[in-house]
Amino acid sequence: MSKYKTVYGRPRSLGNLPMHYCAGCGHSLAHKLLAEVLDELNIRERTIGVAPVGCAVFAYLYLKCDISEAAHGRTPAVATGIKRTLPDRIVFCYQGDGDLAAIGMAETIHAANRGENIAVIFVNNTVYGMTGGQMAPTSLPGQQTPTCPTGRNAATMGAPIRACELLNTLDRPFYIERVALDGVPGIIKTKQAIRTAFQTQVDGKGYAFVEILSPCPTYFHLSPKDSLAFVKNDMRKYFPVRVFRKEGVIVND
Amino acid sequence: MKQNDKLRTLMTGNEAVAEGAIRAGCKFYAGYPITPQNELTAYMAKHLPERGGTFIQSESELAAVNMVFGASVAGARAMTSSSSPGISLKQEGISYLAASQLPSVIVNVQRGGPGLGSIDPSQADYFQATKGGGHGDYHIIVLAPMTVQEMHDFTFAAFQLADKHRIPVMVLADGRLGQMMEPIVLQQRPPARGPAKKWALTGAKGRRPQCIRSLLVKDGELERHNYALQKCYRGIAASETDFEEFHTSDCDVLVAAWGTCARIAKGAVLSARARGIKAGLFRPVTLWPFPHRRLATLASKAKAVLVIEMNCGQMLEDVQISVAGAKPVSFSGWPGGRIPTETEILREIGRAVAKRK
Repeated sequence: MSKYKTVYGRPRSLGNLPMHYCAGCGHSLAHKLLAEVLDELNIRERTIGVAPVGCAVFAYLYLKCDISEAAHGRTPAVATGIKRTLPDRIVFCYQGDGDLAAIGMAETIHAANRGENIAVIFVNNTVYGMTGGQMAPTSLPGQQTPTCPTGRNAATMGAPIRACELLNTLDRPFYIERVALDGVPGIIKTKQAIRTAFQTQVDGKGYAFVEILSPCPTYFHLSPKDSLAFVKNDMRKYFPVRVFRKEGVIVND
Repeated sequence: MKQNDKLRTLMTGNEAVAEGAIRAGCKFYAGYPITPQNELTAYMAKHLPERGGTFIQSESELAAVNMVFGASVAGARAMTSSSSPGISLKQEGISYLAASQLPSVIVNVQRGGPGLGSIDPSQADYFQATKGGGHGDYHIIVLAPMTVQEMHDFTFAAFQLADKHRIPVMVLADGRLGQMMEPIVLQQRPPARGPAKKWALTGAKGRRPQCIRSLLVKDGELERHNYALQKCYRGIAASETDFEEFHTSDCDVLVAAWGTCARIAKGAVLSARARGIKAGLFRPVTLWPFPHRRLATLASKAKAVLVIEMNCGQMLEDVQISVAGAKPVSFSGWPGGRIPTETEILREIGRAVAKRK
């Protein structure tokens, strides 16, 4: 018998294969945290995920639970159909900013407004990573992308959409929190938030929404390290990191 | 009183569809208001929850069809319904359902188009229903009822076809069929259980994790998938093609019509025969798969073929493919939301005879 015990390892819910995500991308980290939560709550075998159209469309390769793709933005509608059919299963959506806040905004708002018993994990990295880094509904003012080459101009392109604040106007969501993958404290917070979201559903309490501010070094055109600084200094300024709704009650700033 | 009389009930076509779905074991319905199919949604709202199912009034047609996608992913018998403009919105979801081989039922109570068109009955969505509708190389089974009884029976059958072949099935009706009331006998049989849904996502307990997907980017993967779909479609064409014949054994003028037009054409065929014109009716019941072979055989024996539709000539193209130039094919269409009368169809039969002479 070894006198050593394992204190850290690959979560059982995470496949043992290299991820296709770019170096420094927040998705791989978010996947790992999600897998750890599935392990800790011992729910992997009764969890069904819905993957978006976007970089995380291949989530089924990495997360060892049942996963369905969905048409772009229809993720919460598909999750609604699954959860209403199998109410004792744990159903989550994993979505990017284009999927959730642009093409799927109607589905996002109405699933939240019905208080569907699902967990929505929203990875906000301010760009459409899959298609080449185009402007997302969450791109910051002045941020340059292939579709706003001179920088996002709020006067003609709109200002970044704050999804947590938007959903917090609705009566039915039970838990809403924004976190940031911008360093070790942020990673720990992010895992706690994902865990709270899944625990909310395990307890049958209602709709849970976690927005994760996440680095995309490739389309930030920054090094992985500088990308973390962009999340911490630029994104956080526009998207305050905090709990918006706890136990069904609005949390004031 | 005969047994059947006791079982008879008076219903609108829309309600008959809803009751047929519930009796077929439909456990999930999502829909969005649109005329002329609102009675269907209201019936589901009232009756589905009390009979163990889920009803959701969705925020959009897109959401409705994708909720059905989710319910089907989880293994439920699921349905959505709408009318033409709403069905256009559902096409994205129908393409994904077809790609992912998810059994599902979609009801289109057609109204006039294009655009907002009208709320009157129409058959203008034939192309959309039978030739794909959404993007990609796919088909769905399309059933065309012409009575309230058939609205009920075809919907009941649609769920079984969907499960058997893992394919979306559309019931293609029209506003007249949806709105009118007729006495019908409700399905008394328990719904046939289809093959076990081992592919359904129910949680990876005691098995490997599964996924439902339509993004197939590995080398050759999509090509193999599309060939597999086509093989499935050939099997359906061989086993499920359905049609009805009326006075076709000796007809000189073969009328081809579907749905409401076929029903009216039956009367016109009888009137023509009373006037000494040997008319007959060929009515496809499955619009896809289309009964090309039987129509070709019948057309070879007739002297002329007349297509009647409430559009500008859509099934006409399938009839032309079947007849392949062997006989003259004429067409008469009503594209403005108006239903042809028996007299009008009789006049067209007379013209087809005159042209031949």
